[in-house]
Amino acid sequence: MKARITITLKPGVLDPQGKAIQGALHALGFGSVGGVRQGKYIEVEVDESDPEKARAEIERMCEQLLANTIIENYAYELEAA
Amino acid sequence: MKASVIVFPGSNCDRDAAVALHTAMGRAPAMVWHGDSELPKSDLIVLPGGFSYGDYLRSGAMAAHSPVMREVIKRAKAGTPVLGICNGFQVLTESGLLPGVLMRNATLRFICKDVLLKVERNDTAYARQYEVGEVVRFPIAHKDGSYFADEATLDRLEGENRVAFRYCDASGTVTPDANPNGSRRNIAGIYNETGTVLGLMPHPERLADAALCGTDGAKMFASLVETLH
Repeated sequence: MKARITITLKPGVLDPQGKAIQGALHALGFGSVGGVRQGKYIEVEVDESDPEKARAEIERMCEQLLANTIIENYAYELEAA
Repeated sequence: MKASVIVFPGSNCDRDAAVALHTAMGRAPAMVWHGDSELPKSDLIVLPGGFSYGDYLRSGAMAAHSPVMREVIKRAKAGTPVLGICNGFQVLTESGLLPGVLMRNATLRFICKDVLLKVERNDTAYARQYEVGEVVRFPIAHKDGSYFADEATLDRLEGENRVAFRYCDASGTVTPDANPNGSRRNIAGIYNETGTVLGLMPHPERLADAALCGTDGAKMFASLVETLH
């Protein structure tokens, strides 16, 4: 199965990169941009056909390595590879 | 005193740390490759600066799960002093030996310059040759050095007197202008609960020889030798 994992900064955690992107979008004339937050997107293929087992594996990967849960949240979607 | 310097792929301050340790100890430290699961008996373990694993994913995240780190974590929890400098500090937070996280600098820039630090305490193996409140000059060289922890954690660190160094001005005053990277409460380095694990972004090993126009960092290594013999 394949997991599409999105990692985002928690609300309240300063995101200077998002701020810089917002400034650049404003400079390009996109005046409607009210906020930008930058995150990460990771695809992980797991050799596991049971969705429940795959979910448990993906969550352990996120907790142990892929996200730093002090500052980041993670979410994922699972699909048949 | 026996010291070990852990070398990760991408470490680049391992030799500087080794030279500073050699000068202070009168003997060379062991250089231990990250893939080794065996670590020599050590009175001090140093996690050096650099860009382990190219800073992939997050600075220090991959190194924190290196084979040798399992043993480093075990020794740290048993009381062996562990010093993490710059990338080493990032590895310590990612491995859970120290709280918080080092985030992208508020300026988004890589900053390479000397900074002034206020010594917050001197009752540890690392700092006995400094005075509390003394202003010292160490270089910084990082892009991910902005110390972040939630307010409760910051309050706990301060309540337990675990802040090691803060960015300050020449008079020793901790001001927003003296903060190079946006670190919460100007924190440049912190200790664990027992004061045996120290992580800091500035590089004491880079100003530890008069030939480098500064020796403030040498006192940290001399303190360690004085304490650990």
